[in-house]
Amino acid sequence: METAVFAVCAVIVILGGLGVIFSRNPVHSALSLVATLFAIAVLFLNLGAQLLAAVQVIVYTGAIVVLILFVMMLLGVDTDEDLDVEPLVGQRAFAAIIALGVVGAVLAVLIVGGHDAVTGARSVTAAVADGYENVYQLGRQLFTTYVFALEVTAGLLTIAVVGAVVLSHRPKDLQPLPEPESMTEQGDEPLTVTTEEGGH
Amino acid sequence: MDTSNLDIAYLALSAILFGLGGFGLLVRRNPLVMIMCVELMLNAVNLTFVTFGRMLDDISGQVIVFFVLVVAAAEVVVGLGLVVAMARRRPGATADDLRLLRG
Repeated sequence: METAVFAVCAVIVILGGLGVIFSRNPVHSALSLVATLFAIAVLFLNLGAQLLAAVQVIVYTGAIVVLILFVMMLLGVDTDEDLDVEPLVGQRAFAAIIALGVVGAVLAVLIVGGHDAVTGARSVTAAVADGYENVYQLGRQLFTTYVFALEVTAGLLTIAVVGAVVLSHRPKDLQPLPEPESMTEQGDEPLTVTTEEGGH
Repeated sequence: MDTSNLDIAYLALSAILFGLGGFGLLVRRNPLVMIMCVELMLNAVNLTFVTFGRMLDDISGQVIVFFVLVVAAAEVVVGLGLVVAMARRRPGATADDLRLLRG
């Protein structure tokens, strides 16, 4: 049963990830992201992390993706992007090499290591409990072993909120910038092969 | 552990998802899509943490995912603030248009 759920969710995760990357329209990317995050929430359930599965749905699909979609609608950037031209020559091949290198390295470790790929002492903090014990246990660890990290997290969130307010504050005398002279006009070699400005 | 093969499969899946996110981050030019790719990578790491937590029978893996979630939320808030501030001055700008490192 667990294997079947894993197989279905793994397919959704990978298809969703591909959808995020290869959708021309950013809105489609965001919806693919929802599929991926939801499938990961199911995988969390599969792994016995009930609270994390709920938090994943609430925080990620409920808040973060909705925030991203909201900004998209606010800015009106839901126009299709031309993915056929490659503005930087060789960039995609180079990116594919890097990505495949990272994935290949991890998979090599997993294949070579097999069941010994993960080493270390077991149950150092506390053993994983089943069912509703999971919530109790997470809360207990958060407020005992990880209490300092929890307090720092509160500071981080405060700073993030203040930063967002400062960043999105509109100055009174804001003028849209004129199109700045490009690097090319300053004597730099052209970086892109297209002259078309993206979007509108 | 009898589910060990499945645990390895979880790790492989999260490695692939991480690679996908990294590839998208390097290739795409729309800043919003780049943020989404970072989310993919963070989720891959989250999945790895929970899997390790189960393999080692330790609750810490799940606790750390909590902190990753908080950092991801903060990152999205600041990142979207940057995108909005940027789009206000140069509508439709992509990552390529911002390589001058000034307004």
